[in-house]
Amino acid sequence: MTWETVIGLETHVELATRTKIFCSCTTRFGGAPNTHCCPVCTGMPGALPVLSRAVLDYAVKTGLALGCSITRYSKFDRKNYFYPDLPKAYQISQLYLPIARDGAVDIRTPAGDRTIRIHELHMEEDAGKLVHDPWTDRTQIDLNRCGVPLIEIVTEPDFRTADEVIAYLEKLRETLRYLGVSDCKMQEGSLRCDVNLSVRPMGSTGLGVRTEMKNLNSFKAIARAIAHEADRQIELIEEGKRVIQETRRWDENKDATYAMRSKEDAQDYRYFPEPDLPPIELSEGYLESLRAAQPELAEAKRERYRRMYGLPEYDCRMITSDRALAELFEGLVELGAPPKQGANWIMGEVLGALSARGKEPKDMALTPPTLARLIALVGEGRLNRNTAVKVFEAVFDTDGDVDAHIREHGLEQLNDDALVRETAARVLAADPRSVADYRAGKEKALGALVGQVMRELKGRADPRAVNAVLRELLAQ
Amino acid sequence: MKITTELVDHICGLSCLELQTEEKQDMTAQLEQIVAYMDVLNELDTTGIEPMSHVFPLKNVLREDEELPSQDRAELLACAPASDGEAFLVPKAVE
Ligand SMILES: [Zn+2]
Repeated sequence: MTWETVIGLETHVELATRTKIFCSCTTRFGGAPNTHCCPVCTGMPGALPVLSRAVLDYAVKTGLALGCSITRYSKFDRKNYFYPDLPKAYQISQLYLPIARDGAVDIRTPAGDRTIRIHELHMEEDAGKLVHDPWTDRTQIDLNRCGVPLIEIVTEPDFRTADEVIAYLEKLRETLRYLGVSDCKMQEGSLRCDVNLSVRPMGSTGLGVRTEMKNLNSFKAIARAIAHEADRQIELIEEGKRVIQETRRWDENKDATYAMRSKEDAQDYRYFPEPDLPPIELSEGYLESLRAAQPELAEAKRERYRRMYGLPEYDCRMITSDRALAELFEGLVELGAPPKQGANWIMGEVLGALSARGKEPKDMALTPPTLARLIALVGEGRLNRNTAVKVFEAVFDTDGDVDAHIREHGLEQLNDDALVRETAARVLAADPRSVADYRAGKEKALGALVGQVMRELKGRADPRAVNAVLRELLAQ
Repeated sequence: MKITTELVDHICGLSCLELQTEEKQDMTAQLEQIVAYMDVLNELDTTGIEPMSHVFPLKNVLREDEELPSQDRAELLACAPASDGEAFLVPKAVE
């Protein structure tokens, strides 16, 4: 029998706000244990949570970007469970009236285009961190992460392959980063994914019994866990056994999922309305102002770059992979740089310099005017490409003054024809072997001669001019 | 709604409470009384009335995203039964 895998995702995203969702403690990552805490986020009796306006804005912005309808009258609920990472014994979340519902995300995979429906998006608080100390057999609790704002984005069971899941997560990450609502660092846990998976005979429309997989902290782990869990379920069914609805943990080292000790009745969360937080009523004016402020997203930019500048698909993809890069590109074009030149510099030198320094595009000092000036100087023939790259390296970290650097180091391109001619003649006279090789048909010998002339002129000549002069002299 | 011993066991499980047989019997009777009070409210005809989640006419109570100093750690830890000076301590809870 042929089987079909059916997958739904629950993605938790940590929002990039300065403060926690219900108190004014910092959300900064790290810090000594329990130093980013107060009576609200440690669940002291009588403490009053107050929602951060930024969390609401970010959640609504994300809902709009995912094509959701925004819930005009929304509220919070208590999800009750006992676990020491949650000192109040309940998590403040949204069950009955989540902030956004019924969205859609279009994804593209090698197998074709798909639309993934978004069931809902809600706001909630993160839990603390537990560390078990094997020496004392006690568990240490650090509540620094407790109360960090999260949005949970729940899809319908619309995925059929791991490729589709990865394509969706990549698109989601790109969107959230463009919106500036999260940095989406999987290693730091700011993007976390639970995978609900079931299998069914191909062609059937009912849903099989599903399992939920947790602890998936990379795209690679997600893809492997999906493959393994689908195989495990198919094998069970083909052996005449049953799939049990349970939560399974992915063990990256063992490349397998295993059932988590099922806490008895753990699913009975006894939700009820959170009395400490008044409801939220959103006006049309508020939604309109957020809609108007939505940035152009990566996909729209790619489409526009293709249409307006005729850039190849690959270039469009690379320069929109990060909002800061796309903004640099747009800045360059606005300052008159030819779009293809701008794209080449970004894909080559800029990305190279960033990766060599282990830096993110948003943290770079380089501004559009500086790079635009370099590109212009190359275009005017006042700087050759190789020298320009050296100048780029020199100004990249500080957004230094291109013209000052060129003046100080005497790097401006030599457009002194007589000097190039004289140097070329000298080089030819000193290297009769290369000359003979070239004349005997070895085209490669020319490259060596160009290199020698360039060296003599300290790299300041235009290699194309040197090439032409040498060919002319050698033809004589 | 009938409160049974099984239901009390279930609630104890959810609440991490261990009760003696006698206590359970007391609890069953008390819960029965509390729930019976809800039946009085259920006698009211509420057709067409919006369920209310909050009694105060408040909405959109929000704060700005501005950091304030957190509480002194020693003071927070002092509120818990056990700590090691850095972290709260509880009996083994990690699998
Ligand atoms: Zn706090």
